[in-house]
Amino acid sequence: MSVTRQLFVGVGLLLALGAIFAPWLAPYDPVATSILEKLKPPVFVEGFDGTHWLGTDQLGRDLLSRCLYGVRVSVGIAVLGLLASAVLGTAAGLISGLVGGWVDRVVMMVADIFIAVPFLLLVLVGIALFGSDIPVLIALVGLARWETYARIVRGQVLQIREQPYIEASRLLGASETWIALRHVLPNISSTLLVLLTLNFPSILLLESSLSFLGLGVQPPTASLGRMVGDGRDHLIFAWWVAVAPATVILLITFIVQLLGDWLRDFLDVRLAE
Amino acid sequence: MTRLLLRRAGWAVLTLFFVLAGCFAAVRLTGSPVDLLYGDGATLEQIAELEREWGLDRPLPEQFFRYLHNVMRGDFGVSLVERRPVVTVYAERLAASLQLAALAFVLGTLVGVPLGILSAVGRGGLGARLAMGLTFFGFAVPHFIIALALILVFGYHLNWLPSTGASTPAHFVLPAITLALPLMAVNARYMRNALLDVLRQDYVRTARAKGVHEFRVVGMHAMRNAVLPLITVLGLEVAGLLNGSLIVETVFSWPGVGKILTGSVSRRDFPVLQFGVIVYACVVVSVNLLVDLLYVVVDPRVRVNT
Repeated sequence: MSVTRQLFVGVGLLLALGAIFAPWLAPYDPVATSILEKLKPPVFVEGFDGTHWLGTDQLGRDLLSRCLYGVRVSVGIAVLGLLASAVLGTAAGLISGLVGGWVDRVVMMVADIFIAVPFLLLVLVGIALFGSDIPVLIALVGLARWETYARIVRGQVLQIREQPYIEASRLLGASETWIALRHVLPNISSTLLVLLTLNFPSILLLESSLSFLGLGVQPPTASLGRMVGDGRDHLIFAWWVAVAPATVILLITFIVQLLGDWLRDFLDVRLAE
Repeated sequence: MTRLLLRRAGWAVLTLFFVLAGCFAAVRLTGSPVDLLYGDGATLEQIAELEREWGLDRPLPEQFFRYLHNVMRGDFGVSLVERRPVVTVYAERLAASLQLAALAFVLGTLVGVPLGILSAVGRGGLGARLAMGLTFFGFAVPHFIIALALILVFGYHLNWLPSTGASTPAHFVLPAITLALPLMAVNARYMRNALLDVLRQDYVRTARAKGVHEFRVVGMHAMRNAVLPLITVLGLEVAGLLNGSLIVETVFSWPGVGKILTGSVSRRDFPVLQFGVIVYACVVVSVNLLVDLLYVVVDPRVRVNT
């Protein structure tokens, strides 16, 4: 492993530990406001007074604590949404590829319809219908990119379907479900794994973009995108309010992307891009 | 060939129909626009009156087919909030969106594609590493962070470029770069992968063995085959850009269509929303159709197989 990679893995582990143990590690309550302490500079800026390591935001909330909690919220939503879209897309792709016929055509039609709708509008209508509670956000984020899984899985199924061992299994009386879960799924698992890690940054960015616009996670809950959005109004005099959470977002997406590239090389998966 | 085209076109029309029907029903489930206009002060008679005027009291299928009928005649309705024809509202802002989108697209293609070629051809070299680094960066950084970083550096600290509005050419620079950076990354990655695939092929080895100059090998033999996957990606990018970018328009106060479109959801301005969805769906569907056609033109093998 190269030095850069080791460095990124180290930072990633630190971030993960920080997020998991946030309730014990965070020096302050992430939602406690204190007007007297507002917009305090962080440790590397002149005027640091030794209390808030990453400074405070416009309501005097400790940025380090908010970042730690924010990672939990943002990564939590992204991971659950990612899994939801992977399960949905994989199931659709498996059914489409194995059953074929009109079922296949319907699934592909739905995928075509899906990409012909601006995704942001879909999310906005979803929020207007169901509110912006975290489970709703996970479900909406979970719709993103499901059709990429469906298409790639379907393509792989179409190749695997004709293999002799599938035919043998079918001759032995195995059901389609058994074949799908026991023979096809394990064969496409490495592709899926790589696809998951490659999709993760875009899902995380989707959640943070929504929150940045004020549409996603609602205050006072800390989410990284929302924090950057709040910091936008204070860029001139207190740039750290936006820069701290933005840096955390970048670190996470960098690390996951490196992981994805590495996994792809390691598992030697070639994706039909 | 003609049959194939007809089938694709029929499929496209069907897709459009379902998109419109789904959107039509979904936005009406979010509530009545009349509630938002009057607030709590309206009497029941006033609400009923306005709903009748806008045809919202009719059954949903009837509303839909009436709307469809009007759309066929080119009448997309009147914005419920602005009380002006939807097409006018949209057209006013489309120019700003299109100019920005075109600039970003050109920038993204002109920089991204050569970067991809460079990183595929000069594997291991410094240029290739730099290109890969930029690609990596473009994939991981969201629009809003690029935008804020650019504003912070070039707007506030260096004070070189304006960061809000769209009045002079200088106003285009920061939003265009913001939109173009991720595009460059996507284009470079696709170009690189496609070219690497092609460069492994036997005919490339044959060309090299014949003593064909490397420049010609890449330019003539490899590029022609590698450009196919790129066409699809470029097409979808055009569709995405046409609807404006809510984030870029918000951060740079850009007077584009993204904002009225997303605003139409919270304001329940159904005609505006439906028009936006139709435009987007039409572009995506026709781009897909066009890409199929281009494949036939660029790759003779497709013609044989279909």
